[in-house]
Amino acid sequence: MYKPENCKYTKTHEWAFAEGGVAVAGITDFAQHEISDIVFVELPKIGAKTEQNKRCAVIESVKAASDFNAPVSGEVAAANDALAANPALANQSPHGDGWFCKIKMSNPGELDNLMDYAAYQEFIKQPAQH
Amino acid sequence: MTSTTIRRTPLYDSMLKAGGRMVDFHGWELPVQFSGIIQEHRAVRNDCGIFDVSHMGQVFVTGKDAHAFVQKVNANDIKDIAGRGAYSHVLNERGGLVDDVIPFCLSKERFFIVVNSATTEKDYNWFVKQSAGMDLKIENASDRFGMIALQGPKAPQLMAELWPDSVKLARFWIMETKIHGEQGFICRTGYTGEDGCEIIASPAATVKVWDELLEKGRKYGLIPCGLGSRDTLRLESGYLLYGSDVDDDHNSFEANYGWVVKPKKGDFIGKEAALKSKAAGIKRKLTGFALTQGGVPRPGCAIYLQGQKIGELCSATFSPVLGKGIGVGYAAPPDLKEGEPVEIEIHGRRIPAKVNRVPFYENKV
Repeated sequence: MYKPENCKYTKTHEWAFAEGGVAVAGITDFAQHEISDIVFVELPKIGAKTEQNKRCAVIESVKAASDFNAPVSGEVAAANDALAANPALANQSPHGDGWFCKIKMSNPGELDNLMDYAAYQEFIKQPAQH
Repeated sequence: MTSTTIRRTPLYDSMLKAGGRMVDFHGWELPVQFSGIIQEHRAVRNDCGIFDVSHMGQVFVTGKDAHAFVQKVNANDIKDIAGRGAYSHVLNERGGLVDDVIPFCLSKERFFIVVNSATTEKDYNWFVKQSAGMDLKIENASDRFGMIALQGPKAPQLMAELWPDSVKLARFWIMETKIHGEQGFICRTGYTGEDGCEIIASPAATVKVWDELLEKGRKYGLIPCGLGSRDTLRLESGYLLYGSDVDDDHNSFEANYGWVVKPKKGDFIGKEAALKSKAAGIKRKLTGFALTQGGVPRPGCAIYLQGQKIGELCSATFSPVLGKGIGVGYAAPPDLKEGEPVEIEIHGRRIPAKVNRVPFYENKV
């Protein structure tokens, strides 16, 4: 589990859990609920470059496709094969087995651009932000 | 669509109460889902579910020439046998579809046509125009009725409890009855590929029926279902969606629904054009495709055969029962063989797929 309280958040509902220059990334519980039944994810390839707040993966629900934006810039160090095989993990355990990828950060200072847990909880309460 | 023109069905409050996630659907505020599209889809395939379909339109045709008129505007053979209905296509002079509808005979001089919501006005105007000089009256009664679809293998058990006579109805038959004291209809029809019925009742009675179904259906696994599962269910079962799969510029033969057109019954609007198109050999045909790799195709995705674009998907989604992406689209050439490998372009990448038979899911009704 990447405890929600210890994660940082984008405005597009991705979380990042940073440790030792690597950030694990996934979608928030709010996002998985909004997206609903996730049936396919297209994950980035290992070694792919990411840019903060730019698309690095695609999430498909029955009804629609959504972008997964990288919470930090860097290089993809790992992608969650278990999620690719069973996309429902992102619904069932968005902060655990449903993680998307690990990114070797090129600029850890970017984490300061993200919201902390308390700020994100406030953010999702504002109807205009959804 | 602005907020001032959005319409609500009699069940709007019931939808909110049941946790419906409301969306604007062609100007109607309707639930896309409740518990989740996959769960709702499975409930209808395995148990049963209910849908608010009050946005659908209802038209009465009454008078001496009612049967002649219904035959004139329908490609299918609509019998004047009280209680009998049939799925049919209303054709324009070019053989294209004005709409796909279900006309029912209530009596020799009284017919009832269930039409699509977005085309209700269009159909009504078309009917009025085509009935010039005929001895009959046409009423657009859509505002007088709500409509609920009860669908799933366990639906007949619930029908037997609530309306015992309705389980005697054969597929596509209708009964006129009082529902909570007001005029109503129960039809053995649906848009999911499962058994069940559709209940057409006054707005107030529709609200009561919804609550009854929720309560009495619980023991059968009944759950409320939204537009999302309605679409995945109908696409798996190979049913057409007017406006996406067929329209004024596509004919029944191209849509692979040539069986609807019954030339032997006599004259009807669009007959000549439709048969001419068939005789000349159709140039495109609505064809089913299934992905052979992960991904979810969407309407508008291009279809490639040996590197050449041969069409676009009209309807496409993830099939909850098959666990893969499926879709239908007009393909030219029209004679692709089942299993033939193709590619579907999704997010700029071509994903392997194959030609798939339609229906995708073998239904029992």
